Amino acid sequence: MELQQVWIILIAVLWMGYFVLEGFDFGVGVLLPVLGKNEQERRALLTTLGPVWDGNEVWLLVAGGATFAAFPEWYATLFSGFYLPLLLILVALILRGVAFEYRSKRSSPTWRKRWDAAIVVGSFTPALLWGVAFANIVRGVPMKAGGADNSLYDGGFFNLLNPYALVGGLTTLTLFMTHGAIFLALKTDGDIRVRANKLAAQIGLVATVIAVVFLLWTQLAYSDKAWTWALVVVAAVCWLAGLAMNRAGKEGWAFIFSAITLAGAVAYLFCVLYPNVMPASNDPALSLTIWNASSTDYTLKIMTIVAVIFTPIVLAYQSWTYWVFRKRVSPSQITDADHGSLDLPGESLKV
Amino acid sequence: MNALDLSRWQFAITTVYHFLFVPITIGTSFLVAGMQTAWYRTGNEKWLRATKFFGKLFLINFAMGVVTGIVQEFQFGMNWSDYSRFVGDIFGAPLAIEGLLAFFLESTFLGLWIFGWDRLPKKLHLATIWLAATGTLLSAYFILAANSFMQHPVGYELNPETQRAEMVDFGQVLLQPLTVITFSHVISTAFFVSGLFVAGVSGWLVFKKHSLEVSRATLKFGAITAIVGFLAVGLTGDFQARKMVEIQPMKMAAAEALWETAAPAPFSIFTIGTLDGSEPVFEITIPHGLSLLSDHSWDGQVEGINDLQAQYEQEFGPGEYAPNIPMAYWNFRLMMGFGFIGVLIAIWMLWATRKERIPQSKWFSRLAIFGIITPLLGASTGWIFTEMGRQPWVVFSLMFTENGVSPTVSVAQVLISMVVFTLLYGALAVVEVGLLMRAVKIGPPESVEQTYPDKVGEDRPLTVTY
Repeated sequence: MELQQVWIILIAVLWMGYFVLEGFDFGVGVLLPVLGKNEQERRALLTTLGPVWDGNEVWLLVAGGATFAAFPEWYATLFSGFYLPLLLILVALILRGVAFEYRSKRSSPTWRKRWDAAIVVGSFTPALLWGVAFANIVRGVPMKAGGADNSLYDGGFFNLLNPYALVGGLTTLTLFMTHGAIFLALKTDGDIRVRANKLAAQIGLVATVIAVVFLLWTQLAYSDKAWTWALVVVAAVCWLAGLAMNRAGKEGWAFIFSAITLAGAVAYLFCVLYPNVMPASNDPALSLTIWNASSTDYTLKIMTIVAVIFTPIVLAYQSWTYWVFRKRVSPSQITDADHGSLDLPGESLKV
Repeated sequence: MNALDLSRWQFAITTVYHFLFVPITIGTSFLVAGMQTAWYRTGNEKWLRATKFFGKLFLINFAMGVVTGIVQEFQFGMNWSDYSRFVGDIFGAPLAIEGLLAFFLESTFLGLWIFGWDRLPKKLHLATIWLAATGTLLSAYFILAANSFMQHPVGYELNPETQRAEMVDFGQVLLQPLTVITFSHVISTAFFVSGLFVAGVSGWLVFKKHSLEVSRATLKFGAITAIVGFLAVGLTGDFQARKMVEIQPMKMAAAEALWETAAPAPFSIFTIGTLDGSEPVFEITIPHGLSLLSDHSWDGQVEGINDLQAQYEQEFGPGEYAPNIPMAYWNFRLMMGFGFIGVLIAIWMLWATRKERIPQSKWFSRLAIFGIITPLLGASTGWIFTEMGRQPWVVFSLMFTENGVSPTVSVAQVLISMVVFTLLYGALAVVEVGLLMRAVKIGPPESVEQTYPDKVGEDRPLTVTY
């Protein structure tokens, strides 16, 4: 196997990790006002993410960095081409990260309401836009030749808002929301756990319909490989198994299956694309592929050695974190939910 | 304004802003780890109270560092895509490795530290803050290796066919002396900044007679860290200056507004004039100062801007090879000036609180706060000097900044993103400083009841929640 093939697999794996892990963070964020009926519940729900959300987001940063290192042409053309959607994603991630850390510091209802809005918008936007971005890549974008044999993005912002891409966005959004609800059913206790379980079943149905449309559309319109049908089937079966487990109240299994579905969906999109990483819709000669967008073998070799040594270590300690915080968080454990840790004396008494 | 200027402004705004949080994160993570270790070793509750208090300040700051750091990972591709194409083979590697080795370590173990008070045994919990702190160090190293390549490219070859720089020696890229020197300078700065951060906050608490047992101890701890940090900043800065003369003589000449080659060269402390080569209206100089700074010799020759310009024209063709001289000159001085003011404040705070003394003067509390800001300004002006002094190159001797900008990103797009980032960052700064001030006003907890579980992840009541 060539190093370029190794690296496209590794980058796909990073995106799988990102969709599986930050996927439920996004879902929980979007569902915050739906499932969190009072302060106690909202804080319990956010506490399930507390120890892990930042580590989950690092998967994205590493995916970005790895793309820069392994496929600089792809990194350059994609990020400068999808400029405004990426800007929206960055703003959303900034707001959301700060909101997690700051919202419970003060008891003021206005303060908390605003940060809650930031969490919802900051989770909703990337959950939708990652799907839009990936769908556009799969669909192909107009490209033009630049100096030194580069392929540059040659469409505007509105070119990215096409029906197929919007279906892609709704797919990731609803899948993440379902995944988040399943996660909450697994990680909370009491009434909220029951409601999360029910909600997962409901959104799960909506997600099923949208995802089926997206997968069929992708397979029929954009895949030139018959064998990718196999992945469509695997993703669909896992998803339905996840929903069945959710219905049966087997939350751990439901989570595992929805995680496999998300990873499978990412794998599917990368397989449909292969060997392209950014196909040109106007002229196949302008497409970026793993061969013409990659770094030199020397760089890829160094990066492979580093990845082989350190990825298992990272996986080990990140998994350990989940084990450390394996206990469910129950709203009843959130004592003094209306209190902010940075309330000045007397402030928390005002309601 | 064109897309190039706007992209440069945006990079400067987002990066300088990001670097307000970085040195505090690096240094304070170690100082908090030190406080927790002191508690672990001595059992003295004041160190636990200090850990909880400065840990809180540290986390308010860390959140901002994290989210502004995300932008950094993306904007090379967004705004500097031709640069990314040109150096991706080399520059991408340290960035990716930074993510894999440092970001995961920092974020995961910090999560464990914050929420692990209830879930981890005592010793293991202490280990998590040390690991998170180590992550910040690793992160600094890899990103500075990438930056050093821009200042002094090594370990590469130019591929004429693809017109890209290609890596041929990763060892050199990672371990070139400039990286090691810059790393030690930046890390010393981080301890200097954080020492004054801890000392300044403690100084204000001492003035208010708040938790004196804690605040007196942390004032001393912070001030001594700042003084030692300052000495290290000076020493490593000396290495850095000599390295700069060797690899980027134009930057040093610009820092001094030294137009004509001189031996011995004087060091200019302050000038009133245009810095354009004409006679200054007023000037204070130290004779032989620049010679000493550049190569530790009394009469050493230092090359001037005009000679270097002629030399570069011959080497690289016609063009303007000097950076913006007033920016380089003044930022260099401001960097050093802010550093000196900072260390004087640290020394004075130690002196004013000697032998259980509690300063009564309002000036003490004002200077304590001012002492937090000065080293941060020093770090910012230092970076502005380093990066503006590199101009007109984005990668010294290989690529001009104007050739690195994204060819497909329009003026309108960059304008939108620049305005959005500036407004967002401005608003978040107000929120962040507001929270820090609240936390300081509340001060260290009166007492802390801390019991640890015997086993990892044991089910017990939560005391740390969002």
